[in-house]
Amino acid sequence: MITLKEALTKSKEELAEIKTEIEKLARESELNAYIGFESSGEGVPILIKDNIQVTDWPVTSGSKILQGYIAPYDATAITNLKKNGMMAFGRANMDEFAMGSTTESSYYGITKNPHDLNRVPGGSSGGSAAAVAGGIAIAALGSDTGGSIRQPAAYCGCVGFKPTYGMVSRYGLAAYASSLDQIGPITQNVEDAAILYDAISGHDPKDSTSAEHERVSIAANLDGNRKLRIAVIDNYIEAASEAIQKAYAETVKALESAGHTIVHKNMQNTKYDIATYYIVATAEAATNLARFDGVRYGRRAEGSNLSELYYNTRSEGFGEEVKRRILLGNFVLSSGYYDAYYLKAQKVRHLIRDEFGAIFDDVDLILSPVAPSVAPIIGSIHDPLDMYKSDMYTIAINLAGLPALSLPVGKDEETGMPIGLQLIGRAFDEQKVFDGAYSLEQTINYKN
Amino acid sequence: MFEIVIGLEVHVQLNTKTKIFCSCPTSFAHEQNTNTCPTCLALPGALPVLNIEAVRKAMSFGYAVNATVNQRSIFNRKSYFYPDSPKAYQISQFDVPIVEHGELFLDLEDDTTKRVGITRAHLEADAGKSIHEGAISKVDLNRADTPLLEIVSDPDMRSADEAVLYLKKLHSIVRYLDISDANMQEGSFRCDVNVSIRPKGQQEFGTRVEIKNINSFKFVKAAIQYEVQRQIEAYEDGYYEQEVYQETRLWDVAKGVTKSMRGKEDSADYRYFPDPDLRPVLVTDEMMEEAKKIPELPDAKVARYVDKLGIKHYDAVVICAQKEMAYYFEAMLESNIAPKTAVTWLTSELLGRLNKAGHDITESPVDAKTLGTLVSKIEDNTISGKGAKDVLDYMMESDSRDIDAIIDELGLAQVSDDSAILAIIDDVIARNQDKVAEYKSGKDKLFGFFVGQTMKASKGSANPAKVNELLKERLG
Repeated sequence: MITLKEALTKSKEELAEIKTEIEKLARESELNAYIGFESSGEGVPILIKDNIQVTDWPVTSGSKILQGYIAPYDATAITNLKKNGMMAFGRANMDEFAMGSTTESSYYGITKNPHDLNRVPGGSSGGSAAAVAGGIAIAALGSDTGGSIRQPAAYCGCVGFKPTYGMVSRYGLAAYASSLDQIGPITQNVEDAAILYDAISGHDPKDSTSAEHERVSIAANLDGNRKLRIAVIDNYIEAASEAIQKAYAETVKALESAGHTIVHKNMQNTKYDIATYYIVATAEAATNLARFDGVRYGRRAEGSNLSELYYNTRSEGFGEEVKRRILLGNFVLSSGYYDAYYLKAQKVRHLIRDEFGAIFDDVDLILSPVAPSVAPIIGSIHDPLDMYKSDMYTIAINLAGLPALSLPVGKDEETGMPIGLQLIGRAFDEQKVFDGAYSLEQTINYKN
Repeated sequence: MFEIVIGLEVHVQLNTKTKIFCSCPTSFAHEQNTNTCPTCLALPGALPVLNIEAVRKAMSFGYAVNATVNQRSIFNRKSYFYPDSPKAYQISQFDVPIVEHGELFLDLEDDTTKRVGITRAHLEADAGKSIHEGAISKVDLNRADTPLLEIVSDPDMRSADEAVLYLKKLHSIVRYLDISDANMQEGSFRCDVNVSIRPKGQQEFGTRVEIKNINSFKFVKAAIQYEVQRQIEAYEDGYYEQEVYQETRLWDVAKGVTKSMRGKEDSADYRYFPDPDLRPVLVTDEMMEEAKKIPELPDAKVARYVDKLGIKHYDAVVICAQKEMAYYFEAMLESNIAPKTAVTWLTSELLGRLNKAGHDITESPVDAKTLGTLVSKIEDNTISGKGAKDVLDYMMESDSRDIDAIIDELGLAQVSDDSAILAIIDDVIARNQDKVAEYKSGKDKLFGFFVGQTMKASKGSANPAKVNELLKERLG
């Protein structure tokens, strides 16, 4: 597929042809990455995750409860896309309300991994990653609350970037966990990710958590020759599969050969990451999803009184994983439990942030696995806790609000599945993350 | 035998132009559900942005009641499901409100004051309106996300009358500050009452019962009186534990009773936590200084009227209770008239006429400048007090505000010229020689007769003081 960089040089007519071709390929595809072929605006077509609002589109967060809902406004990220020679084209499948790591929980069915149709593409932005890796999208937007951009990018063998919290407006992103959510690019290469990130990033007065930090074009300043100090967290990678550990070791060597300095570090608080994340995220989610009550929009189940209307609408409209997280969130916020769970999680969140801060006092970037294994077989995860554990390398980044880019570094010899690693940066230091990733990409020369 | 303990929670709708978390207008006089946007409809992806004007208004209230204004305060999510609450949580301040530890003073009947503590005042978003029509319920979200300031008093009031005085003082203060229309009937000043009783001398509070849905001062008094009686009866009958428990009751206007709204079993757990969509509210020093610039408030005005203008405390309290009345009074004084005369003409003459017509001071057809000018005409002897009342009567019914023309038209100009009055006096004396003789023989009471005859002959236009003076000279 043509890269974003190249597509941006094409004429209107050429782009129209490209779009027609993409639609044809996507409609024929077995991946189930697209759940709609709506378009909005003019320019290079970008695939949009189904939780980002586009005017007049059905935008449903992959849920039954939002069937029939038509968004009346554009997310700021979409407005910014359109200002930069791009258009929104197609809705990408996703785990319901971005709660999942496999894209198996969508109302629209399972999305498949382009490298092995028996395997999941990861999630929750599985449709976005599968389409880009599978050659049916130039680039896509995803959202990342606990790894939902980086993990599917790693599973599918493409590039995914989660910006520093606040760098991309959340206005128009259906909220899962407001203090963790960020929209970001999923692309074929690092440079495209920089171009797409530059386009959507910007301060937004409609989002109170939007950073006022100055934006300088990352793509224009992309520098693969910059020499960086990169930390490897020795006690962090033990939990990863052998194949991941091997790829990690090779990547460290590649970085050294490219002239970067490797520094060995340890982290103490990683064992609290998952518990902290699932308290903070579910507490916020329980309230963010309370608005889906069948009263004003979306799918309403009838009931003979108000309680029944709520009960039936939400029982029928939400899937199992969403219900589990709503229950968990309401539990941790309940009177008598708040201090023990929510408040403690907030404290641990500060410790996690501080620990990253201490490491970044000494280094520019941290190299880390994205997931402990390659993409699992569809239907193979039965225990939700197993799924939560697979987020172990990504969620701390969201808790700390840091930028991180996942890129493919090799393939598992046994399964042939791609392996991705992530480079994590200091808050607002996206340039170094992209420079390091650009250097690594050139050194490794991964082929999909 | 029992002591009544009352605390009040008042929801004041702030009169900002736009809503607290979006830019929709706050006026509701529009078609239902038209003043709405993705944010106040709680559409997926929409986010709240704090309206700083609401913060400024809350701060000025804080300074008006000698409170602490927190430089950093937090908005929380308060979760509950109801169709007129689109997000199914209300954004409200919980553990760190913008205003804390304030006070205000009640003006008691004996001219003393009583301090009532203000626990806190916090900002929050209002809900929409539910409209129930038989089997159908409708929701209007025009009001959703309108800014509210919830003002919570300490449990310092000891009678229904004190509760009403508190509400009236609070009402007066927010009106002076111009932070709310504070219209109880229209719901921009809403009051919940917490009532308990305890045997006199007991330290611990009794069980607190909350009464909601009271929309006039009169009903506040009636609801408290009813509820206190209910609690006392339960106590005296030995059923206090069973019948008085922490619950929310509604004031039933038609029946004049309070009735249980929800039982104690399902007391709500609102699951408060800080709203991650909003950063902490940080107030700059500049905003602090700006918010401290508040107008003169009723207590300060009363003190000034008494000390500097020599007005009776009671009159000052009456005038200052309502911002419009105080401003009217002060505008009258610009005509350089004696403050006491201004009080009489405002409170007896003008208000007397307005009350008869069922109007209040804001609806007065005669403005303060005009009334002040009219009073000055008495003071400079252009007309008599009686004549001025005629002019005021005339103006209440007419559009003309040219006082001199009205005086001419009604022939009320007062004659103070000695020779003109003497001519009338001489005529009266000439026509009443017999009475003059009687007077001179010691019948002093007849002096009044001559005054009356002179005034009558002048058609009331003679200056009475002059008439007295000149008659004394002539009659010797």
